[in-house]
Formats: sequence, C-alpha cells, structure tokens
Amino acid sequence: MTEAESTFASGGVVARRHGEHAPHAARDEVKISIRDATKVYAAKTGPVRALEGLSVDVREGELVCVLGPSGCGKTTLLWALGGLHELTRGQILVDGVAVKGPRPEVMGFIFQDANLLPWRNLRQNIEFPFEIKRRPVDAVRIESLLAETGLAGFETAYPRELSGGMQQRASIVRALAQDPAVLLMDEPFGQLDAFTRDEMNLLLLRLWSETGKTIVFVTHNISEAIFLSDRVVVMTPRPGRLARIFEIDLPRPRTIEMTFEPGFIALIQEIKRTVETGGRRTDVEVS
Amino acid sequence: MSQVPNELRDEIPSFEEGSQHRDHGPIDWTGMTSIRGAKSALEIGTIVALAVGVFWGIEGILRWAKTPSYVFPKPTQIVSALTTDFGIRYGHHLWVTAQEFLMGVAIGSTIGLLLAAVITQKPFVEKVVAPYIIILVTTPMLALVPFLRISLPKGLGGLGIWPIVFAVALASGPMVLINAATGFRRTDLAKIALARSYGASTFQIFRKIRFPLALPMIIVGYMVGSIFGLLTAVGSEMASASEEGGLGHQLIYFASLIQVPQFWATIVIIAALGVSIYIVFYCVGKRWASWEA
Repeated sequence: MTEAESTFASGGVVARRHGEHAPHAARDEVKISIRDATKVYAAKTGPVRALEGLSVDVREGELVCVLGPSGCGKTTLLWALGGLHELTRGQILVDGVAVKGPRPEVMGFIFQDANLLPWRNLRQNIEFPFEIKRRPVDAVRIESLLAETGLAGFETAYPRELSGGMQQRASIVRALAQDPAVLLMDEPFGQLDAFTRDEMNLLLLRLWSETGKTIVFVTHNISEAIFLSDRVVVMTPRPGRLARIFEIDLPRPRTIEMTFEPGFIALIQEIKRTVETGGRRTDVEVS
Repeated sequence: MSQVPNELRDEIPSFEEGSQHRDHGPIDWTGMTSIRGAKSALEIGTIVALAVGVFWGIEGILRWAKTPSYVFPKPTQIVSALTTDFGIRYGHHLWVTAQEFLMGVAIGSTIGLLLAAVITQKPFVEKVVAPYIIILVTTPMLALVPFLRISLPKGLGGLGIWPIVFAVALASGPMVLINAATGFRRTDLAKIALARSYGASTFQIFRKIRFPLALPMIIVGYMVGSIFGLLTAVGSEMASASEEGGLGHQLIYFASLIQVPQFWATIVIIAALGVSIYIVFYCVGKRWASWEA
C-alpha cells in the first residue's frame, strides 16, 4: 500500500464521494500529508513499534477520524502531527512544509480530559495560549465562542467546578480562540457519558461547518467516528498500521437519528470486523 | 423503626474523592489544617464557652487546692505577668526571636527553593545530593549554635544573632527543599504538551506549568520549614543565646529565678507565634493551593 487514496478507492461499503460539503471548503487541496510515518519507542523491554508505515492525506476542510483500539499509535500519530514527537521514519507535511516542531499558528490541540489547568479559572485557561504566544487577548472572539458553546457566565469558575462536558467545551474554546487552520483532537470526548458525548459531537460538527477547520480526530468509538467523519482511517494495534480507510457518505448536517439506521449499524459491524481482522479481508463487496 | 444507616441518611450519593475536604489542598497532607473549621454560631459559641470554662476551671482548681504559684501559676497570674512591663520583659526579646526567625527562614527557604528547582531538572544530581539533604533534614540544627558562635567569621559576629539566624536557615531550608523538590518532580506530561503545542519555551513551561503545579507542595514546605525554624530559634536561644537575649533566653532566665508566671507568659507568647505561622500558611494555602483537592 503506497498511497492511502488507492486503499479507499478500491473498496469500502460506502466508497461513493458525497456531494454535500461545507460551502467554504476547498475540498481537494491536500492540507496534511502523512508519508510512511513510523515511530519506534525505546522502552526498557525493547523497542516498541507504535506506528508503522502510515500514509494518509487529509484534504483541506476535511474531518478525518483515526480509529482503532488502544495501542495502535493514534495518539503517537497526533503528537507527531502537532510536532510534539519526532518520527523515527517518514515525514508529515502540513501545507507542503515538513513538520519539525510545534506550529501553534497553524495547529491547535484538543486533549483527552479537557486538560485545563486547575489553578486557572475558565477565562484564564482560555487566555493561556495568548500568554504563551505573548499576543493580545482577542476578547471579542472569546466572547462569541463562549456564547456559542454555552459557557457565557462561567468565566470565573474553576475547572473542578465544571462538568466534564463544560470542561471539554472550554478546551475547545481555548483551541478555537487561536483560530488555527487545523484541529488535532485526541479522544476529546472519551471520558464523557453517552448523552454528553452526542451533544459534544453535534456541537463540534456545528463549529466545524461554521469555521471550516481541517480536523484530525482520534477516537476508539466506532459510532462516534462514523457520525463525525468524512473519512474514517482504521488502524490496527502493535504495530499501529493502516487497516483501511472508509469513506462516509452520510448526508450533512448529521443527526443522532442517523446512528440508528440499518446502514449505519452495518457500517459499525464492518469497521469492527476490519479492526479484528487487521484489514486483511479481501472479500468486501464494493457497493 | 427505620433501618436506614444514620451516616448516609441525607447525603447526596457521591463517591467523588475529597468532596468533603476541598478547602486547603495539600496543606492538609501535613495534618496542620485538617482540623474542621467552625462555621455556625453554635460551633463558635461552644468554642468560646469551652475556652472560658477551661481558663476559669483551672483557676478554680488551683485556688481550691491552694497550689503555690511557683508550682503551677493560676491563669490570672499568667495574664497579669504577661501584661506587666511587657515591653521590658518580653517585647525586646520577641523582636530578637522574630528577627532570627524571619531572616533565617527567608535565607533558608530561598536557597532551598532555588536548589529544589535546579536539582529536580537532573535526576542524576538529585540522587547525588539526596544523602546530604537527608542529613540536613534530620540533624537538629540548634546543636550547631555553640559551634557557630566560635567559628563564624568575625564580620558576622560570633556573639550576635547571626549564629542563630544560620541555624534557623539550616533547619528550614532543607524542609522547603525536600517538599518543593517533590512538587517540581510532579510532571504532568499532558499539561507540558499543551504548553509546548502553543510554542512555549522551557522557561515559560517552568513559570506557567511546573511552578504552579509545584506551588501547593512549596507552601507545605514553607509551613513545615517555618515551624522547624521557630523551634530552632527558641531552642538555640535556650542553649546559647547572644547578649541580645530572645524568648528562649527568657525561658531559662525566668526558670532560674523561679518566676513561674513570667515563664508561662513567655510560653504563651511562643505559642502565639506558632499559631500565627499556622494562620498565615492556612490563608496562603487557601488562596494559592485550594485548586488541588
């Protein structure tokens, strides 16, 4: 498998390109290009191959989910994308420029468990990146994001006083206040209950369609991955390898009801099988 | 009859850790502030009533038993000993002890804090210096004062308060160091990743992530160090005071003259100093470390 494109073009239950795009996105520009990404950690028990020869392109304005069980190198991939990790082999290009370190003006992270600083209140948390970058705080932008995420009025609350969903919304505001072109999201809703998760997914899709960000979203939740994505990159663990890429042609805007439809459930089963067999199945029907 | 367990009856079901004690963070780990504070009028009223009861109760027992004041002075005698000639008997000495304490803790804690920040950056350095820190923490530094009187350079005055300031610094510094080091060693990878993702420099990471993360433990270090410092200051004065005196010196002086009410008055002043330290760090902990449950 040399090109990610060929992988999805040749198969997948829903390999048809869908027509409805967010109107602002220039869909076919490649924003992120991952080439033969390989990461080997030197652990005490010997080298750990976290990521093995992964190649994927992400187009501008696209929402791609990276899906797989724990230990398949999802977070490793995301940290490498964000310049927090160095790859052992291969490279990652963002806007055609190789990633060599953090690029805060282009990329914003959203972490597991919100990752707010507990000694700062909500407003101070959101202003944290401005302080690091030594830039004036964009109060107008923060104000409108707070209103949009339903956090207005909680500016002086400390993280421990907020619910898990509110904390994660605050962390989304923190990232979006910087207006990065790319959002890297690392299982952001993994700790939330199913109801809050649905709510957050809908909020994310709304913000995405309004802002046109390119989003790489890591998750181990199949349903969440399908619900959000344009494409789902399925990976297998140890070493983290590309199993298959699924095109998701569910119409947008998406609703929770879609997740109960037979086609959706069939796709969940299909992806589950892919993870279990490591993507080696060759008898998939092309629809 | 109801079989509902009493302690659960009206509690909101929750298994959240520390939901009961979220007030002062790791200061509680020292056991210093883990006492529940009184809030209601009934609680405060009872505290005041108990204090009055203890005071007059002891007074009554001692009067009834006709205990001589050199065996055990009556509370009213201690109060009058405390308020008579306060300036001459205690004021000057309180000032001397306070100077030794404040200068010693300031010097010791600053050095301890800086050393903690430096050595925790390199695990190798930390391991190499660890034995010396343990020795400094465990050795009672007031034992050094007679030696310091002989050996300190002339400029620092072997007879003045400086030997005691040194001893206080040596007693409080390692306490701050050992606790602050525990704080600085707490590395939260996710928070460092967060700061790095916004392009933070190593110094910014220290100032905005590592230091605030360590702050609760640093406050603990200051509290424990200050209490050790007061102990060392008073003990050093008892063992080897300068001609300036000090509260510890006054204890020995009043004891030798069998002025027991004055002796107890001095104890009351030292206890008040200790409680003041407690209150200061209680407030500091509440303000700066309450985010940590």
